[in-house]
Amino acid sequence: MEQFLQQLINGISLGSIYALMALGYTMVYGIIKLINFAHGDVYMLGAFVGYFCMTFLKLGFFPSLLISMVVCALLGVTIEKIAYKPLRDATRISVLITAIGVSLFLEYGTMFFVKPDPRSYPPLTGFLSESYSLGNLVFRGKQILIICITIVLMALLQFIVKKTRIGKAMRAVSLDRDAAQLMGISVDRTISFTFLIGSALAGAAGILVGIYYNSINPLMGMMPGLKAFVAAVFGGIGIIPGAMIGGYFIGLVEVMVSGYGNSMYRDAVVFAILIIILIVKPSGLLGKETREKV
Amino acid sequence: MKEFVKTSSKNRWLSLARKWAVLLMIYVIVQVLISANIINDYIFSTFVTVCINIILAVSLNLITGFTGQFSLGHAGFMSIGAYTCALITLRYSSQVGFIGGLLLGAVLAALVGIFVGLPTLRLKGDYLAIATLGMAEIIKILFRNVLEDLTNGAAGLSGIPQFVNWTWLFIFTVGTVVLVSNFINSSHGRACISVREDEIAAEAMGINSTKYKVMAFVTGAFFAGIAGAIYSSYFYYIAPDLFGFMKSIDILVIVVLGGMGSISGSVISAIVLALISTYLQSFPELRMVIYGVLLILIMLFRPQGIMGSRELSLSVMKKWIQGIRRRNGGIA
Amino acid sequence: MPILTVNKLSKSFGGLMAVSNVSMELEQGELVGLIGPNGAGKTTVFNLLTGIYPPTSGYITLYRNNKKEEIQGLKPYTICKKGIARTFQNIRLFKDLTVLDNVRIAMNKNASYGLISSFFHTKSYGIQEKEVLEKSIELLRILKLDHKKDELAKNLPYGEQRQLEIIRALATNPCILLLDEPAAGMNPAETAQLTEMIEWIRKNFNLTILLIEHDMSLVMKICERIYVLDYGMVIAEGTPSEIKSNKRVIEAYLGEEMGNA
Repeated sequence: MEQFLQQLINGISLGSIYALMALGYTMVYGIIKLINFAHGDVYMLGAFVGYFCMTFLKLGFFPSLLISMVVCALLGVTIEKIAYKPLRDATRISVLITAIGVSLFLEYGTMFFVKPDPRSYPPLTGFLSESYSLGNLVFRGKQILIICITIVLMALLQFIVKKTRIGKAMRAVSLDRDAAQLMGISVDRTISFTFLIGSALAGAAGILVGIYYNSINPLMGMMPGLKAFVAAVFGGIGIIPGAMIGGYFIGLVEVMVSGYGNSMYRDAVVFAILIIILIVKPSGLLGKETREKV
Repeated sequence: MKEFVKTSSKNRWLSLARKWAVLLMIYVIVQVLISANIINDYIFSTFVTVCINIILAVSLNLITGFTGQFSLGHAGFMSIGAYTCALITLRYSSQVGFIGGLLLGAVLAALVGIFVGLPTLRLKGDYLAIATLGMAEIIKILFRNVLEDLTNGAAGLSGIPQFVNWTWLFIFTVGTVVLVSNFINSSHGRACISVREDEIAAEAMGINSTKYKVMAFVTGAFFAGIAGAIYSSYFYYIAPDLFGFMKSIDILVIVVLGGMGSISGSVISAIVLALISTYLQSFPELRMVIYGVLLILIMLFRPQGIMGSRELSLSVMKKWIQGIRRRNGGIA
Repeated sequence: MPILTVNKLSKSFGGLMAVSNVSMELEQGELVGLIGPNGAGKTTVFNLLTGIYPPTSGYITLYRNNKKEEIQGLKPYTICKKGIARTFQNIRLFKDLTVLDNVRIAMNKNASYGLISSFFHTKSYGIQEKEVLEKSIELLRILKLDHKKDELAKNLPYGEQRQLEIIRALATNPCILLLDEPAAGMNPAETAQLTEMIEWIRKNFNLTILLIEHDMSLVMKICERIYVLDYGMVIAEGTPSEIKSNKRVIEAYLGEEMGNA
């Protein structure tokens, strides 16, 4: 039982990371129907920016987090402007290929400059290096931090989406781009803003992973990126609460498979979940079927 | 009407004979150069890479370019062919073993193609892409972990006997290009293309779109299996990580650059990219950065790739030459 | 002799009842019209007839070769093979293919050689391909589009694209042809040409035709009978003159002027 609860804690921590990334995927997909392959690499760059801030600029965690999020937000907007915007009316496959191209560029460009060897985050002090026990359960300070920050960010996101004008604009554009435009909404700005938030969240996830697992490398974004995408699909692609649910679900599944089964299979299980979802209910847990008009 | 068809069939015979003559010449010339050791091992290994890439690109093009099904898991089929052929030749090291292993590998890849294709080919566009990617990852994990006793896991199989020579290479490469071409120029091929163009309209015209999607997928898998077998039987070492997502992307870049829907485009771009890879061998990261930028630039500025959906032929080349002549003010 | 009967056909999408208890009957060789305001469910009826989606309830029965067969819920390609062909409201040609290829694809039934023949271009491939080619060119010639056979479908002028849609449907050798707004976007001259073409193909291809159309001049001129749909239900059925003077139809769709025409 205790092991289960321990795994639960681990799963929720990991799930938080996936949830933050899945949100970026789902929002971008919701608004321009693109699987942003480069999203995992924005996350990776968030980790590297955090590393740079904490190691070379000797900044504390929170300033680094902020810088990470800002840099990634700007990166996301830039990518959208250069690579995705010109293809807004092209076929979905064209944009997907472009996204793959951006992903390759970011991964290997980073590798070219920082070399493929993994880097370690500097040792953490204070709260972050502590562990707290409750009976036989161990809560590491890092885990508490991840969960808290994730909750704060998700709450912030909900607020933006539900209560602000730009949030309403985001929802409108994802439902019907042309109608939104006719209502006076600037589609370009709304899409840019979507990328901005999504990428900021990915950046946060990156630096959180950096302090959690301590090791970062230029290719670290691929697997988590794919798994976060699976999470988004599981919860219902394009649906924000779905991404949150999906993220935690995948995190828990992965931890449970590692803990109780064989950690070798954890990737396979996640992909198997993807295949099953796509076959049984492609619109995901919270999704609704949409039909093509003939 | 009958006359029109008769003379054109005579023309067709001539052009066919011409093509085979050219191919035979290429075979003989290269064979001679190899025997005279002008083409040494190093150069030949580039030939092998080019030919394997041609087979992979043409087979992926059938699935993605001609039938419009975006598959990101092609390397998975390649690995099935590679491992099957390797395991068989390690046990039965002979020409028969090689061919048997190759064919079995291709057939197994095709069977997996049916197994993977039937449930997933209902999905559209990006969903299918991710599903196929997931399938390829699962296959990789299968070879790396589940079948570890058989495949030696992540360490890979080495010492695979080398049976691939220029003759086999030539036969399989030309064979793949010819068979896939023939398929495209048949009622089955047209049906596949119609599924790409407009699946709903194709169904309304009597075409079972699922059947043709699976047909293209399985055929593509079969030839990818052959490519894998050739790889293992020349480079004598294979490991699961060689056949991951990056390999599938490699093949995709070739297809996109050459033109989705053009077989000659795939052949040309396979040659071009193999040369670039060899040139950039010492800078693997730079190569991938270039690939990434290439994909973006192609999609932004020339999404139809080099050849678009046209094929290289004498008439197309004549038009290009005429176009160049005209641009130079009529001075050839 | 009825060739197609539709019995209490209904289709709902989520909560929306797009088609509600529609019953129709087509006699062999008839030219029947299906009219109604936009959103009345006419294309949905076509989609149900051609298997794009299954009905929520109801039956569609095809009478052919002295046999009757229920075809609701069957896949589109199966229904096409049974002899029902259609055109689309928004043209769905194979745009990047030539006119000839568009027709050849629809003739797929005639190329029944197997995969081996395809891969190796055997004799049976050669013979059947030649046949398909000749039949396609002949069909284009009869319908006066053969001079453009090597043109890409997307490069055809609008009127010829609509024409090609019909030719392509004919290539599947149907006994029933469903035309979805074939005259949409056409000027009066083109519409007159189209009207002639429809009459001509009905006679020469021995077809039964069901026609969705908004252009009343076309409908009233060539349709022998008309069904009127509104909010997914049949609100009237009869000859053109009966429909023209039907109060409900005038209210829902035709308007006073048409009624008095």
